[in-house]
Amino acid sequence: MNINLTIIGQSITFIVFVLICMKYVWPFITAAMLERQKKIADGLAAADRASKDLELAQEKATKTLREAKVEAAGILESANKRAAQVVDEAKEQARTEADRIKAAAQAEVEQEMNRAKEQLRSQVSVLAFAGAEKVLESSVDQAAHKDMIDKLAASL
Amino acid sequence: MAAEGSAPTTTEYIQHHLTNWTYGKLPAGTYCDGKSVQESTGWTVAHCSEEMSAMGFNAIHLDSMLWSIGLGVIFLALFRWGASKAHAGVPTGMLNFIEAIIEFIDKTVKDGFQYKSRFVAPLALTIFVWVFLMNLMDLIPVDIIPQLAAWIAGDPHFYFKIVPTTDPNVTLGMGFTVFFLMVLFSIKEKGFVGFVKELTFHPFHPPTKGPAIVLAPVIIVINFALESVTLLARPISLGLRLFGNLYAGEMIFILIATMFGAGLILGLFAGVLQLGWALFHIIVITLQAFVFMVLTIVYMAMAFHNDDEDQFNH
Repeated sequence: MNINLTIIGQSITFIVFVLICMKYVWPFITAAMLERQKKIADGLAAADRASKDLELAQEKATKTLREAKVEAAGILESANKRAAQVVDEAKEQARTEADRIKAAAQAEVEQEMNRAKEQLRSQVSVLAFAGAEKVLESSVDQAAHKDMIDKLAASL
Repeated sequence: MAAEGSAPTTTEYIQHHLTNWTYGKLPAGTYCDGKSVQESTGWTVAHCSEEMSAMGFNAIHLDSMLWSIGLGVIFLALFRWGASKAHAGVPTGMLNFIEAIIEFIDKTVKDGFQYKSRFVAPLALTIFVWVFLMNLMDLIPVDIIPQLAAWIAGDPHFYFKIVPTTDPNVTLGMGFTVFFLMVLFSIKEKGFVGFVKELTFHPFHPPTKGPAIVLAPVIIVINFALESVTLLARPISLGLRLFGNLYAGEMIFILIATMFGAGLILGLFAGVLQLGWALFHIIVITLQAFVFMVLTIVYMAMAFHNDDEDQFNH
């Protein structure tokens, strides 16, 4: 329990240890810890950013998908419309063609009829003369009555 | 205690355990009931407490110094290893442990000390770990190392105390170093005038004008007396608190140890007591190291605190 030189020895030892600790220990460990802290903070921030990016990308993907769907629906609709249009056009064309064919046939029939009429007309005088000869039982002067019969035939 | 030779009495056993291995300047004379004769004044190892008293201040406790320096070197080696291995990657094993301590100290210092200083945190770390290690020696069974030392020295009466903090020289040495640092930083931060002002203008504010100014010197003297006591009480309380706790703990361990030789029943009882006290002492040694560190931080904060600004405002 005596107070002696030990007290001075201990004081010197203490100061020396503190100085060594200050110079060779403390700054290195705290610097490393600080650096790690920064690294972790950066890492966390990066992770945050990444998750935000992911969210944005997902949103974008959803949006694109939705747009694609809308577009597809639009294309389908227009295709349908176009198909209907084509069908309509074809129908229209067919109808026109049919009409045209009908008209042509009709015209031909009319023409044929006219020709037949013309033929008949040209033979009316002959027939009329043959009829009249039978009725009169004598010959008819064809030259004298031909004009009259022709006029009749023309009026038919 | 040593089995060979005459078995010591309990008192001798306890005294032996509380005596340091002392090396000092012994005046010429006959000591230790005539067993030791010092022919001329010179430096020697003390053989009994009578010689130690005769040495007075000119002596050094070799065991205290050996253990405190040895443990300090262990502390520095461990942490220097940590400093050389420290990196910003994932820490493992021992490095983790070292960093946990550093972080704990750093947090404690930041809580109690708001000023800028490169010195205080390493100071706190050294105090905490070093004092803890010195206190830890208290948990080693009281006879193992002294017996080993006596066997190596070949002297059954070889004095060897292994707990440096049960030596008031060690604890007061640290306390007064802290005191010295306090004064140093006070003067450095506030200037010598500021430091003197702090000692003389508190706690009573001396009158600066009017007829009461004649009382100012008296008040300054009273202030100085009070403040000096406050200032000096710090290192003494710091050192004696640690010493008292550890000395008492060591004493109880020694008393328990004396029971081991007193029969089977008492021996078993002593075993239980030893275990209980050791478990309790784990708290004590950690707490004492922590208290020493925290108080040092607080004192350092006081030394850095400059209340010159608010002195005349209240």
